[in-house]
Amino acid sequence: MFVDLLFYGFSTILLAAALGVIISRNPVYSALCLVLAFFTSAALWLLIEAEFLAIVLVLVYVGAVMVLFLFVVMMLDINVEEVKRGFTRYAWLGWVVSLIVIGQMITVFYAKDFGIDATIGPVRNPVDHSNTRELGEVLYTQYVYPFELAAVLLLVAIVAAIALTMRRRPGLKPQDVAKQVAVRREDRVRLVKDVTREGGEGPR
Amino acid sequence: MITLQHMMTLSGILFALSVAGIFLNRKNVILLLMCIELMLLAVNFSFVSFSRFLGDLDGQVFVFFVLTVAAAESAIGLAILVVLFRERRSINVEDLDTMKG
Repeated sequence: MFVDLLFYGFSTILLAAALGVIISRNPVYSALCLVLAFFTSAALWLLIEAEFLAIVLVLVYVGAVMVLFLFVVMMLDINVEEVKRGFTRYAWLGWVVSLIVIGQMITVFYAKDFGIDATIGPVRNPVDHSNTRELGEVLYTQYVYPFELAAVLLLVAIVAAIALTMRRRPGLKPQDVAKQVAVRREDRVRLVKDVTREGGEGPR
Repeated sequence: MITLQHMMTLSGILFALSVAGIFLNRKNVILLLMCIELMLLAVNFSFVSFSRFLGDLDGQVFVFFVLTVAAAESAIGLAILVVLFRERRSINVEDLDTMKG
């Protein structure tokens, strides 16, 4: 079936991109592979009819987070060879742990007693069904307080990121409005007696 | 026909790959952050598939919040990384031993 073909194709690209992220020598290639992974997973989410989240994944991750990653990778002048020393020392442990994780997942989800038959299966939604509308109705009624908390969290993240990376350079001459307002006449103006006008004996 | 088993197997392999990536790239903080993003993607995968195959929309709402938190996390993480590189001229994890932890 065509959908199966799409699923296996996108899954292969996704896993290849994930492998590229973890074994690439250059952080820029890793970031680009991660972009590919996000794109293919957005396609897979479209395939199981989660359209809104697929678009949000592309917009937020590829559009914002990965651009941030690429900026930082290019801003920091990293010595790749130095970072990569000792690359394979713990590699076997990583592969063992990941094989254990895969084995556990497969054991659980292909077991007969897990009750996976209780899932409804991929029932196709009708053509005029809107995933975005459905999600929005839940998000703005039932989940409205978590939604506002998420907004506050993003604001805190903005403030924290700016406060962390801002630095005071020594040569800078910024304006201090409080000092400007608090200044008095005596600080700025000094009246000097005009010696030339009265005596007439000073040098003109 | 795509079933829940297909999606969960894919999600499990993706998660395992990112765990292996954390073991492999223990020195480079940027790659560690990327592997964490990959892990979050795998978890989101399972949320979306369960939400779809159980017919319950709450899983997708949770993915929405996970995306928000992940964006905030990576922004602050990269800001810390920039400050760190300015101080130490290095992003090697082994150089970060000030607290002797």
